[in-house]
Amino acid sequence: MYASKRRSRIGLAYLAPAVLFVLVFTAYPFIRMVWLSLHNWSLLAEPTYVGLDNFSRAFDDDQFWTSLKFTLTYTILITPILIVGGYLVALLTAPNTVLRRLTRTIVFLPVVIGLGASSLLWYWLFSPRSGLVNAALTDLGLIDKPVLWLGVDTNVSNWAVIISVVWKVLGFGMLLFVAAIQAIPAEISESAMVDGASYWQRVRRLILPLTMPTVLFVTLVSVIGSLLAFDQFFLMTAGQPHNETATSVFYVYLNSFPFLRLGYGAALSLLLAAIILVFTIIQTALARRSSL
Amino acid sequence: MSGTLSLRSRAGRTRYLVGAICLALCTVMLLPLLASVLASVKSPQEAAAVPPTYVPHGLSFDSYQRLWEFQAGLPTYLANSFVVAFLTIAFALLLTVPAGYALARFPIPGKELYFIFLLLALIIPYQALLTPIFLMFSDLGLTNSLLGLAIIHTAIQLPFSLYIMRYSFEAVPRELEEAAVVDGCNSWQVLIRIFLPSLVPAVVTVAIFAFITSWNEFLGALVMMNEDGSYTLPVVLALARTQTSLGGTDWGMLQAGVTLSIIPCIGIYLLLQRYYVSGLLSGAVK
Repeated sequence: MYASKRRSRIGLAYLAPAVLFVLVFTAYPFIRMVWLSLHNWSLLAEPTYVGLDNFSRAFDDDQFWTSLKFTLTYTILITPILIVGGYLVALLTAPNTVLRRLTRTIVFLPVVIGLGASSLLWYWLFSPRSGLVNAALTDLGLIDKPVLWLGVDTNVSNWAVIISVVWKVLGFGMLLFVAAIQAIPAEISESAMVDGASYWQRVRRLILPLTMPTVLFVTLVSVIGSLLAFDQFFLMTAGQPHNETATSVFYVYLNSFPFLRLGYGAALSLLLAAIILVFTIIQTALARRSSL
Repeated sequence: MSGTLSLRSRAGRTRYLVGAICLALCTVMLLPLLASVLASVKSPQEAAAVPPTYVPHGLSFDSYQRLWEFQAGLPTYLANSFVVAFLTIAFALLLTVPAGYALARFPIPGKELYFIFLLLALIIPYQALLTPIFLMFSDLGLTNSLLGLAIIHTAIQLPFSLYIMRYSFEAVPRELEEAAVVDGCNSWQVLIRIFLPSLVPAVVTVAIFAFITSWNEFLGALVMMNEDGSYTLPVVLALARTQTSLGGTDWGMLQAGVTLSIIPCIGIYLLLQRYYVSGLLSGAVK
């Protein structure tokens, strides 16, 4: 009894640095953010308590809704492409042959590079006069004058960014899907083959249901990642035209840092965190139901 | 006879089709990377050419030269990025090796609650916390500090690292540890002598993910670092985007920067692919 008490104290000592770190650098900032969201503060004057004003102000703020709607549109458009695309590439490359392994490695390559670097790479590729995208489309005879991909039309900008991000993160889902497909016991897929089921019947009745938890997990990660999108729009469109492609995180950033509306920025952060929490809860509930 | 023949030729057709799709995919994925590398070695005139050339007519490292001398100079920025990344690796390991040990092997009351608390950053995205962290860091003098940025990167990377560590400790057979305890080793000696050798793969995994996260992180660095000498590579690249040469954006220098910042990540991935992939998979299987 005494020994186990002593052991638990030693264990707590090993745990303490990490607990302290999270307390100081995650929990405390969160509490301070809640406090900030109830105040108006620009660093220049003393903070004043304003109750829930910052939240009701968000409700009447057109740019808040524009940013939220744009972020949701981006998420709704890109998520199915990442999931279906990643899954198809996984089906294609799941068997272990040399060419398929190589394809897996290459499709995964852009996942490890930075989103900032990939955004600036595509910023150049999509640039109207010096970019290779317009050059190639012109040489193929598909367009006769340069397309203004970024920062002029909201939809065109959104699709250009989506293309760059799909290139960048498609391999993430693919890798997890391949692992899930390879984890299906051989006897199960063999018995389905003996039944004479065609390939796509096996995919639909067997492979897809058995890998559903992974599909849900990748969907959750993709949805959260897309709702928090910042780098790609900051670097590729700078929010243009007219801040219509400024995502929610972008708008939080604009309010908190260049504009120094710290209280309002904190309120927007809290709203965003709440939206993400709702998605997490829904997905976790779905995942639990599908694994039962 | 003809039935098996057509079946066989169908299987052959499928194989060619799979091969063709694989090659097409590889080409599409590699072309942008290749284009960036090629653009970075074009001469200044060629890098500014309209319409652009696909393949450089000559080899020139002029763009790298301009990047080398850009603002405070590339060596400063590279050093900043490396220092922050290595501090992040160090902090992540110093915090999660003992914590993983504690969670896996010690009878701590309310252990799972501590675990969930340590995963807090999974629920609260760091992007939302940057304002209060910035205020706290201003008070502590940690803005424009490599140490401060490394703390933020550690906070981002903590849940994943802890997760990997805890389950790696749990996977070590208890017999090894018990033998050492019988020999009179205390818990610290057990950690160093028994666990650490078995934990090398987990340590490598945590280190490479910490490096890649820190090396690539942009928003935190953009917010915290606002003096020229303290920028990390992603912030400098964002600035280089607005740099002009020969009357237009300096595309050659920008792609030189992109190429340079990609190289360490791809190098680590290709060299340590085994650790990278197994880390990603164990992090995802909850």
